[in-house]
Parts: sequence; structure tokens; C-alpha cells
Amino acid sequence: MIAALTLLLVFQLIGEVLVRGLDLPIPGPVVGMGLLFMALIIAKGPGDDLRNTATGLLQHLSLLFVPAGTGVMLHFQRLADEWVPLMAAVAVSTVLSIAVSALLLNAMIKGKRNTAEGDAQ
Amino acid sequence: MNPDIGEIWVYLSTTPLLGLTLTLVAYQAAWWLYQRADQHPLLNPVLIAVSILVGILWLTGTDYNTYFDGAQFVHFLLGPATVALAIPLYAQWQRLKAMLLPILLTLVVGSLTAALSAVGVAALLGASRESMMSLAPKSVTTPVAMGIAEGLGGLPSLTAVLVIATGILGAVSARFVYQALRIDDHAVRGFGIGLAAHGIGTARAFQVSEQAGAFAALAMGLNALITALTLPWILPWLTRLF
Repeated sequence: MIAALTLLLVFQLIGEVLVRGLDLPIPGPVVGMGLLFMALIIAKGPGDDLRNTATGLLQHLSLLFVPAGTGVMLHFQRLADEWVPLMAAVAVSTVLSIAVSALLLNAMIKGKRNTAEGDAQ
Repeated sequence: MNPDIGEIWVYLSTTPLLGLTLTLVAYQAAWWLYQRADQHPLLNPVLIAVSILVGILWLTGTDYNTYFDGAQFVHFLLGPATVALAIPLYAQWQRLKAMLLPILLTLVVGSLTAALSAVGVAALLGASRESMMSLAPKSVTTPVAMGIAEGLGGLPSLTAVLVIATGILGAVSARFVYQALRIDDHAVRGFGIGLAAHGIGTARAFQVSEQAGAFAALAMGLNALITALTLPWILPWLTRLF
């Protein structure tokens, strides 16, 4: 587990250095994810240690957003003032963008799909 | 208050232990509830845990920065967790290769839909210009969204809140949208929720299936890239038209 965590941090660090060095518009960890993905293609897949650590970390990805989400308490005043347009905009555009992208992708890949199993999301 | 308890409180409020432990306990409670309800999307664990924490901090008069001194250790793990998304993504590599062009097209359309519909609705309802610019990148993962908002003349800290609200709303509503549209393919379901609702949507997708999670991670990463590259050009041009 420590070896796998070290590897993840090393890729994050490389990502951060590249983003700052090349002035890229995306965050370091996203670049690190792209680099690790390429490394996995070259290595033909992750080892058991890396796979298990990643699964463990991603199982509770929700937890990692809790501290940032609690920051909502800093903005109660602003939210009280512009509550209606902000929430309407978030609600309409979130549902709309889920629907539009899923319908479009679904229509384009129809035919060459292997039937998805599993129940509703 | 009993003086002993007062002393203990003074001690606890100066160490990161309390903020960190509170975050984990609130999340455990939220997770327990979520499991009891068969992972029903309305009981989103981020939403419940945040509500519990805001309640506790408000009742005890603790300010957010004191809390974050402890919670930052959890927050830090977002970095390595984002890197770890490469592993489920690799597991979908064969399927991914087969649908590369549809994915890229969907990405461009979905990214524009998310940003422009948000700005459009806010404009119709009379939101301030600052709020509209803060809203535009709300479907993108937090650090990128804050950078984009700043460039557009929005408020980065307001953007952070709107990004989290978008993520929770996407995680809560996706199942109902997909049921209404009769979309069953977990790759498509994952891609839609990851594009519209970034990391919180991706977390929800992983709870449903590994395939949905991998495609959500892919959509989240690509949407961050494409929105960062296009929105700073498109939005100022559009606002000049109106």
C-alpha cells in the first residue's frame, strides 16, 4: 500500500511540476492521471498492490469532497441574496447537460455496444 | 460550562485532531445512512456529511478556517485520488478506444451546454454579471473552475460553492434523468454524470459500477481540459453580442 501511495504521489508531483513549468490550464493531478494512464498502457496494466490501493481510495471518493463542501458556510450571505437565479441556473444546466451528453453519446454508439448489465443508477 | 470541559475545548480547538475526526465521524454517519437507504441518490453522502458539519460548526461557533486546519488532511487526498482514477480508466481502455470519436464530439457539445445554459438561466432571472461569470465553469472540477472564473471576472470562492452544489445535484438527479430517457449503458451513464457533475458525480458513479466510474473519471478529466481551453474565448465573445 505504501509503495502504491508513493507511486500516486510521484505522478501527482510530476503533474504539478509540468503544469507550473509549461503554464498549462489544467490541474496537476489531472495531468498526473493522464501520465499514469499512459504508463499503465506501456506496462500493460497495474500490479495488485496499485489496483487494491486505488480501489480503496476511490471507494470513498465522496469523503474527500466534504471539507471543501463545508466551505459553503463562508457564503451564506451571498447565497441568501442571489439564491433564486443561482440555484435555478445550477439545477437547469446540470440536468440539461447530463441529459444532452448521455443522449448524444448513446445515439452515436448505438449498434456497436455490448449490452450493459446491472441495474439502474 | 464546567471549567475542566472549557480547558479541554481550548486544547482541542488548537489541534487538527478535532476537525479531522469530526469530518470522518460525520462521513461515517452519512455513509451509514446511505447504506441503510440502499445507496439512494437523494441521501448523497457529501450532502449529508456537509449538513452535519455545518450544523456542528454553527452551533459551537467554530469558524471554517479552524475546522479546515484539521480537515485539510482529508482534502489533500483529492490529489492522489485523482491520479488513481487512471487505474479504472485503464480497465476500460478497449471500450474507450472503440468510441473515441463519439466521446470527443459529446465532450464539446456537453461542455458548452453546461456552461451556456447556466449563464443563460442566470441572465434571464437577473443575476449579477459577477455571479454569471462565477457560474459558467460550474461543471468543471474545483481547482480548474476557480481558475476559469477568475479569468472571466467572477468570484473564485463563489465558484467553489457552485461547483460543489452542481456535483451534489448531479449525483442526486442522474438516476432519474437516465430512467426518464431510458439510458441503461453504464459507460454512457458514467460519461454524462462525470461531464456534468465532475468528481462528486464520479464518486456516485463508482458506487454504482466500476465501468460507470471509469467513464465518469474520463469525462471529468477531459471536460476540465476542454472547458479551460474554450470558455475564456467563447463567453466574452457571447456577452458582447447581447
